[in-house]
Amino acid sequence: MTTTTTGTTNGTTTARGSVGTAHTRVEGRDKVTGAARYAGEIPFAGLAHGWLALSTVTRGRVRSVETAPVLGMPGVLTVLHHENAPRLDSDYVGLLGVPPDPSAALFQHDRVPHRGWPVALVVAETSEQAREAAEALVVHYEQEPHDVAFSAGRPDAYPVDGHMPAVAEKGDLESALATSTVVVDAEYTTPEEHHNPMEPHAATAHWDGGRLEVVDSNQGTTWVAGDLAKLFSLDPASVRVRSEHVGGGFGSKGIRAHQVAAVMAATVLQRPVRVVMTRRQMFSLAGYRSPTTQRVRLGADAQGRLRALEHRCLNITSTVREFVEPGAAPARVMYDADAHHTANRVVRLDVPTPTWMRAPGEAPGSFALEAALDELAEKCGIDPIELRARNEPERGPVSGLPFSSRNLLTCFREGARRFGWADRDPRPGLRRDGRWLLGTGTAAASFPAGAGPSTAGLTAEPDGTFTVRIAASDIGTGARTALTLVAADALGVAPDRVRVRIGDSDFGPAMIAGGSMGTRSWSWAVTIAADELRERLALGADIPPAGITVRSDTTEAIGALAKKERHSFGAQFAEVAVDVTTGEVRVRRMLGIFAAGRVVNPLTARSQFLGGMIWGISMALHEEAVRDPASGGHVGADLAGYHVATHADVPLIEADWIDDPDPDDPVGIKGIGEIGIVGAAAAIANAVWHATGVRHRSLPIRPDRVLSAGTGAAHA
Amino acid sequence: MAPAPSPTHSAVTLNVNGEKYTLTVDHRTTLLDALRERLDLTGTKKGCDQGQCGACTVLLDGRRAVSCLHLAVAAEGREITTIEGVADGERLHPVQQAFLDFDGYQCGYCTPGQICSAIAVIEEHAAGWPSAVTDDVGPEAGPAPLTADEIRERMSGNLCRCGAYVSIVQAVARAAAVQAETGEAAEAVA
Amino acid sequence: MREFGYQRASDVAGAVALLGADPDARFLAGGTNLVDLMKTGVERPARLVDVRELPLDRVESTPDGGLRIGATVTNSDLAAHPEVRRRYPALAQAVLAGASGQLRNMATLGGNLLQRTRCGYFTDVTGPCNKRRPGSGCPALQGEHHNHAVLGASDHCVAVHPSDMGVALTAFDAVVSYETTDGPGQVPLTEFYLPVGDTPHRETALPAGALITGVTLPPAPVATRSRYRKVRERASYAFAIGSLAAALDVRDGVVHEARLALGAVASRPWRARAAERVLTGSPADAGTFAAAADAELAAARPLPHNGYKVTLMRNLVVAVLTELAEEAAR
Repeated sequence: MTTTTTGTTNGTTTARGSVGTAHTRVEGRDKVTGAARYAGEIPFAGLAHGWLALSTVTRGRVRSVETAPVLGMPGVLTVLHHENAPRLDSDYVGLLGVPPDPSAALFQHDRVPHRGWPVALVVAETSEQAREAAEALVVHYEQEPHDVAFSAGRPDAYPVDGHMPAVAEKGDLESALATSTVVVDAEYTTPEEHHNPMEPHAATAHWDGGRLEVVDSNQGTTWVAGDLAKLFSLDPASVRVRSEHVGGGFGSKGIRAHQVAAVMAATVLQRPVRVVMTRRQMFSLAGYRSPTTQRVRLGADAQGRLRALEHRCLNITSTVREFVEPGAAPARVMYDADAHHTANRVVRLDVPTPTWMRAPGEAPGSFALEAALDELAEKCGIDPIELRARNEPERGPVSGLPFSSRNLLTCFREGARRFGWADRDPRPGLRRDGRWLLGTGTAAASFPAGAGPSTAGLTAEPDGTFTVRIAASDIGTGARTALTLVAADALGVAPDRVRVRIGDSDFGPAMIAGGSMGTRSWSWAVTIAADELRERLALGADIPPAGITVRSDTTEAIGALAKKERHSFGAQFAEVAVDVTTGEVRVRRMLGIFAAGRVVNPLTARSQFLGGMIWGISMALHEEAVRDPASGGHVGADLAGYHVATHADVPLIEADWIDDPDPDDPVGIKGIGEIGIVGAAAAIANAVWHATGVRHRSLPIRPDRVLSAGTGAAHA
Repeated sequence: MAPAPSPTHSAVTLNVNGEKYTLTVDHRTTLLDALRERLDLTGTKKGCDQGQCGACTVLLDGRRAVSCLHLAVAAEGREITTIEGVADGERLHPVQQAFLDFDGYQCGYCTPGQICSAIAVIEEHAAGWPSAVTDDVGPEAGPAPLTADEIRERMSGNLCRCGAYVSIVQAVARAAAVQAETGEAAEAVA
Repeated sequence: MREFGYQRASDVAGAVALLGADPDARFLAGGTNLVDLMKTGVERPARLVDVRELPLDRVESTPDGGLRIGATVTNSDLAAHPEVRRRYPALAQAVLAGASGQLRNMATLGGNLLQRTRCGYFTDVTGPCNKRRPGSGCPALQGEHHNHAVLGASDHCVAVHPSDMGVALTAFDAVVSYETTDGPGQVPLTEFYLPVGDTPHRETALPAGALITGVTLPPAPVATRSRYRKVRERASYAFAIGSLAAALDVRDGVVHEARLALGAVASRPWRARAAERVLTGSPADAGTFAAAADAELAAARPLPHNGYKVTLMRNLVVAVLTELAEEAAR
C-alpha cells in the first residue's frame, strides 16, 4: 500500500506513467544556477524605485505630510500620499469571495487603523535615495488611544462566519459533560505568526502601449490582475500581471500595498516603478496568522468514546476588516459526539488585518484539538491512537455528509508500525539520555480537499511538442513540473515533449496557489484540454504553423461535484528531547504518513509534506511575533527577532503516503500543500508532555516557558 | 544613472566571477544591491537585507559572506564569486547538481545562498575548521567527520522557509562525498 | 541611510588620524553590526573609515604563554586558530556559537566587542530608548523583556550585551589595547564596559576616536579545561538567552582555580567573581557549584518576565561545572 520514494529520475522517455514517477523540477537548473528571475529582478530601462513610508502611530489621523524637504533630496521624483494619490475603488469582492486587504487601498483617506499602515510612497532614481527620503519624510499625526491587548476574556468578542458558519451546535453540551466519566477542559493559545516567505513582496509596474504590465511575486496572476483592474477602474483586458518565479507565498502573496503603490507611481510618473517591501515592512503589510485562544472541552465514557465536544476559537482582526481564523473547523471533521459545539469568534483591535497562512484554521485548531485528545487519552488510560480509532465517525459530524474517502486509521497504523509506537510506555518522564528527557507523541491531521474553477490553453505544435498555457503559480510547490507530468499522461506522450508556461494573467482565469487547491484545479483544466486535443488530433488533420489550440474551463465540472466531506488525512509522530535544566526542546525524529490523494510527483510531494512538518516544528518551538501593548507595534520585527526553524532545528524527518486517489478528480489529486503542518505542533507538544510530564498548552514551547513550568516527572 | 565620483560616491572596480566591472557607486550601495541592480547579476537574493537569512551569500576571496552587510565600495580588490560563477561552463558544480537531484529546494529563492554556503562549508570542513557541534575543538582531535549534524550546524546561517532542510543536508553530504572522491575539495580555505 | 564619505585606512596611525575627533565618523570593519544599524537608522554616520585591511589580523603567542589577538582577526580565523583551540577552547567554542559561518567570516574581534545590544526597542527608531535617545525612556521595563538583563541593570536600561566571544574573553582576563591620536592605551575587558546607571548610551571606556588594536590574553593554564555553553531559542543562528564560559582546575577533589563568566544576563559579559570565590578551595561537587551560582545570582534583580534566567544560569553553572569536574576526574 505504501509508496516509497528513494532516489530520483532525470529520465523523460516513457510515454505513460509520468504521474506517480519522481521527476526533478523542470526549472531546477535555472534555480540552482541563479538564472531564474524573480519579480524584483527583471531589468527595465528607466526604472524608478518606490519606498513605502509606514505610520509610526497605532491609531489616529494623518494631519500633514511634509513633502517639500523630501522632494528636494537627491534623486527624489515624487511623494504620493492621501492628498495627492490617484483615487481607487476598493468596494468590490475579488476572486476568492472577499474584498481586498484594506492596506492595499492605498492613500485613500487620513485614518490610521494600525501601526505600520502605509501613509506615503517616495519614488526616486535609486533605491538608496528612495529609502533615505522615505525615512526622512516627516508625517504629523493626530494620535488616539489604541487597544491591541488580546486575551480570552474579551467581552467584545463576537462570532464571524468567514468561509464557514461561525457556530455549529448539536446536543446539550453541559448535560453531556456532566454525565461523562472523563472530562478534559483546557485552554490553549497560539501566537501571532508570520509567513515570511524568503522572497519579500516585490512588484514592478509600467504602462506599455495603453496596457498596464505588472511583474509581481504572487500566488495568482489573474487574481492580482483582476483586483488591480477593479481598484484602478481599468478594463480587465488592459491589465497583465506576470509572476514566473515566486519565492514562497504561504498565503501572504495576494493583492498588497506594493503592487498598488507601483501602479500608482508608474501611472503618475509614466515610467517603470518597482516597489519592494523590506522584511520589517512585511510584518505589518503582508498579513499574518492571528493569535488564537482556544477552549476545548471533551467528555467521554470510560472507554474513551466522546459524548461531548466543544471547541471555541477566538482570534483578532483589525478595525477595518473581519478576518476569521477558523480554529474550530477541524473538530467538525475529525470527531463526533452527542453534544458537539464549535464556534469561531473574533475581537477587533488596532492591528493589521490577518490573512490566510498555511493551513488557516487547521494549523492552530489542530494544535488545541489534538493536544486535548492526548490529554483525554492520558485520563482514560487509553493509547492515543486507539482513542482516535474509537472515535472514528461514519459521516461528517456536523454536516452528516459521507466522506469521499477517509483513510485516517490506515495512516495511523502505517505510521505506528514505522515509528515503533507499539513499544511505547505511555507513562511520562521516564526516559533519559544524558541531560535530555525523551518522549514521543502523535496527532491526527486533516485538511479540506477542494478545487477552484480554472481555464487552460493547450497547443499541439507542428514539431510534435505541446505547450500548456495556464495562469498557474509555482510558489515552490512543484506545480510547473506536476502539470508537465499530468499533461504528458493526458496526451500520452513523454514529458519532454510538453512545455508548461505559467504565471501570466493573459493565459486566462485560474485558481490561485492556495488552499491546497492549485495543482488539483489546474491539473483538472489541463486534463480536459488534453482530452479534447487528443480527439481533435485523432481526426488526423495536419497541424498548421500556429499549431492547434484548445481551451478548457472547469467551472461546470467543479460545480457539478456532489456534496461530500472531502478531505486529506494524516498521522503525525514526533520524538523530542527536553533539557529541563535549560528548557531547550529538540525534535529528534518525526514521521508523517498522509492520505492526500494521488501523488503526481513523489520527489516534490515529499518535499512539500516535509516542508509542512518543518513548519510544524517551527510553530511548536520557535515562531512568535511579539506586539508591545504600549506602542501597538512589534518588537523585533525581523528574522533575528522572529525565529523560524534553522537547519540545526530539523533532524532527519520522514514523510510518506498511502494510496488514496480522489474518486471524483480526473487525476485522483486531493492536494498536499497544507496538511504537513496540521497536527505537527500537537504531536510535538504531546511528546514534550511524554518527556516531562508537563502539558504545554501555549505555543511556542520556548525554553523560558519550559523552565518556568518545571517538570512533573521525578528526575534524577 | 551613472553618477560621478564625489565625497559620497566612488569609482570602484569589482572583480566578479573573474570579470572586472568598473562603476561609480553610492557609498550606501551594498555589494548585494550592486550585484543585483548595477551588474544585473540577480542570482544573489535579497531575503532580509540584514544578515539574518543568508539568501545573499556569496564567496569573498573564497570565503562565504553575506553581501547585504558588505558595502560595494569596500569590496574593491576582493575576488567575488556569485552563484552565476560556480558552475564550470555548462557543467554544474557538484553542489548544484546534488541540489537538483535531491530536490534541495522548493521556491528556489534561498537556493543560490544555500549553494554558495554549502560550497564553502565543504571547504571549511576540509580545512579542519571546527563547528559549534564539534565535540572536541582541540587541534589535536583532527577534523570531525562531516556528519549530518555538522552539516546542519554549519548550514544554519541559511534559512529556508519552504523547509527543504532535509533534502539540502542530503545534497550537501552527497556533494561532499563526490568532491572527496574527485579531489575537488582539496583546495583548502585561503 | 544618509549619504556618507568613505575612506580606507592602510595603517593604524592613519586610521586614527582619518577619524579624528569627528563624532559623526565611525570605523568600519566587518560591517556585520554597523551596516545593519545604518540600515535601521540607529547609526547615521557622515563618514566611514574602513579599517578592515589594517595589519591587525594576526594571532600571536606572547613570550609568557598568552595570546595577542589583532583587532581585525575575523571570528572564523580566531575560532580555527590552533593555539586558541588548544589554550582557550571555551573561546573557540564561544565564537563558533555566535551568528553564522558567513557572519563569522566577516566579523572581527574589535567589532565584536563594540557591537550594540539586540534589544528590539533599541533597533526600532520609531520608539523611545534611553540608549539610543537619552532621556526618551525604556519601554522594555514594562514591555517585552524576557531576554533582558537580570544583573547590573538600572531603571534606565535593561538591555543585554549580545556577544558570545566577549563572555569567554572576560573569563580569561582579556586586556583591550587601543590607539588614539595621543598614543596607545589599555583597559581590562572587565572594566571596558561602563556601568549602566543613568547613562546607558555611554557604553565603553574607550576614549573618543580610539581604535581597538587588539586583545591580550594572559597565560591561563586553567583555560585548557574550559567550556562554553549557550542556550538560545533555536538550535543555531540566534542570540543567547543565557550562556556560560567556565574553566575549572580540580586537584585532589578540590577546586584549585575557577573562571566563570555569564552571557546574556547583563549589559556586559558578566565576570562571576563571587562564584569564583566560593569555588576556590572548596570540594568540586554539586553542592559547591550550586552555592557558587547562588552567591553570584544573589544580586539578580529580575523583571516580571525574565526571572527564569536566574534558574537557567544557576542550572547552567551547576551542569557545566559538573561536566568539567567529571572530565578532570577521568
